[in-house]
Amino acid sequence: MNTVYMDNNATTRVAPEVVEVMLPYYSDLYGNPSSMHTFGGQVGRAVEEARGKIAALLGARPDELIFTSCGTESDSTAILSALQSFPEKRHIVTTRVEHPAVKNLCESLDKLTGHKHRITQLPVNSDGTLDLKLYEESLTDETAIVSAMWANNETGVIFPIKEMAEIAKSRGILFHTDAVQAVGKIPINLSQVPIDFLSLSGHKLHAPKGIGVLYVRKGTPFVPFIIGGHQEHGRRGGTENVAAIVGLGKACEMAAQQMQDENTRVKALRDKLEDGLLASIPSSLLNGHKTLRLPNTTNISFEYVEGEAILLHLDRFGICASSGSACTSGSLEPSHVMRAMGVPFTAAHGSIRLSLSVYNTEAEVDFVLEKLPPVIAQLREMSPFWQSAHKGKTGSSQCKCSCS
Amino acid sequence: MWEYTDKVRDHFMNPRNVGEIENADGIGEVGSLACGDALTLYFKLDETERIVDAKFKTFGCASAIASSSALTEMIKGIPLVEAEKITNEDIAEYLGGLPKEKMHCSVMGREALEAAIAYYRGIPLPMAEGEVVCECFGVTDLEVKRAIAESNLRSVEEITNFTKAGGGCGKCHDRLEELLREARHEVQQIIPDKRPTRLTNIQKIKLIEEVLEREVRPTLRKDGGDIELIDVDGDFVIVSLRGACGSCKKSQTTLKEYVEKKLREQVLDTLIVEEGK
Repeated sequence: MNTVYMDNNATTRVAPEVVEVMLPYYSDLYGNPSSMHTFGGQVGRAVEEARGKIAALLGARPDELIFTSCGTESDSTAILSALQSFPEKRHIVTTRVEHPAVKNLCESLDKLTGHKHRITQLPVNSDGTLDLKLYEESLTDETAIVSAMWANNETGVIFPIKEMAEIAKSRGILFHTDAVQAVGKIPINLSQVPIDFLSLSGHKLHAPKGIGVLYVRKGTPFVPFIIGGHQEHGRRGGTENVAAIVGLGKACEMAAQQMQDENTRVKALRDKLEDGLLASIPSSLLNGHKTLRLPNTTNISFEYVEGEAILLHLDRFGICASSGSACTSGSLEPSHVMRAMGVPFTAAHGSIRLSLSVYNTEAEVDFVLEKLPPVIAQLREMSPFWQSAHKGKTGSSQCKCSCS
Repeated sequence: MWEYTDKVRDHFMNPRNVGEIENADGIGEVGSLACGDALTLYFKLDETERIVDAKFKTFGCASAIASSSALTEMIKGIPLVEAEKITNEDIAEYLGGLPKEKMHCSVMGREALEAAIAYYRGIPLPMAEGEVVCECFGVTDLEVKRAIAESNLRSVEEITNFTKAGGGCGKCHDRLEELLREARHEVQQIIPDKRPTRLTNIQKIKLIEEVLEREVRPTLRKDGGDIELIDVDGDFVIVSLRGACGSCKKSQTTLKEYVEKKLREQVLDTLIVEEGK
């Protein structure tokens, strides 16, 4: 069975070209980049070359990048650094739709630091967008840092990071953005956007898992999170994950070249998929703003059915997707993003996210368009709410109460 | 990804008895759209009160659909008085087990059956009478107490897994703790006559051997398995599973859910059963 992978916001395939450049660092080129000898030194040069390529994709300076183990480490490092740099400031502004890497960290800060913090979690509109006025009003002299995601992992909705960062800067407040979903999918130029910290994760853009980057603007106060050796100029201890760094360099180089493709061909595929599903499946709704959105992501709710059941049926056809339903998350409530957007319960439990990449084809989109509608129909046939909600439309009246 | 048994997958992919019964004798509706799962169960009786047909409609995840399908298969063809005895554990067992976070799906099945029987008899549902403890999922104290007693629940997390109570805002956790304490207290009050408060090691071993011989072995032997007592060290009861049990993937469940439960009920409620390697 072929795998039709449409879960690229969860993780991506490592590009074959990326694997290829990594392999020598798992065999012949095993030196330590910190070593004095030529053997290690050549590895150190490869790390710096990769740093240059990543910096180029972000419009940053190479020395503004710190290699970490993942996006989550980058997020923790940035936020905890800001709090330590301004210990007298105990207020954080973030949003209700952040990834758990930021959300759960902010909610645990009191326990972690032993100090009481005030957290403002900004609400979002029903289309997942942010109200800039509310944001501006939430900032105070006590605010140590703002942390807002560049693009949402579940809906793909993009926040106005440039405007938000400019407002924070004018108030002298540090600004962090979790750009894990944005990097490689939409153009980012940090020379034009005055943020202080940016997190990215390798495995979301066809590099391997286990590598992340934290961008720290030159001049921004910084306190390291992982303390140890002098690696990364003392900003992050621990021997470099060389092969993964080299791989990430290659992935960023490729992302820059494919950006156009991502924003035209992949976007066209996504739109075909989305329009097709919305047209062929009644009572389906798009979650998230139609245009202020990543080119690869679509999130659709199918009312009166449950997400996990949809996913398992899709799995039978080799189709990989994800859901914001309660059952898939292991909790009993639907995703915090769906709830923050006020998606009604009739729809939140049946939300499905399909996220594409440059590796998806039109044939795969057609395959999903063929397989998904019958799955929804079959589950609705089984759902006690479907006929009562669509009495008349389905042609059968089962209602026994006096109303009919 | 959840680890579902083949039986759960089968009942999810090929659910039995989906639909509605016109002029059903019993109809039970439980759950809601907001809760994320809901089940409507229908049954039809013959003149001897035997269930001749059962159908269901379910909104929910794979284990909710599989539990509903399993339930209809279990009750079809049996007298109502027999069906009444079916517990959520029976439904889970029929499916070869459910992930612990999904046990509430089997509880939903049992509740739908109860509701359908109450509908048939024209009596109100006893469980709905209680005081609502968890407002997020509308769970009453009676439902929680019953789950604690029936499934031998020991923590708030387990209560959430079985009843959903406490799985939302978390405000009711203190109250759930209280119910747990009350339940433990009641259990101690009811059974002390059967169990001496203090046991010497030799008495303990003898009692354990007796329970194993009288209740556990005959059950295991029915499935081609057996059990041997290796050692008793304080509260730790070390046993070895033999025969079919030795190679069975579910042997851990058998040990904890069945052997340990039996020994706790009849010997000492602090006992911990482990398999000797």
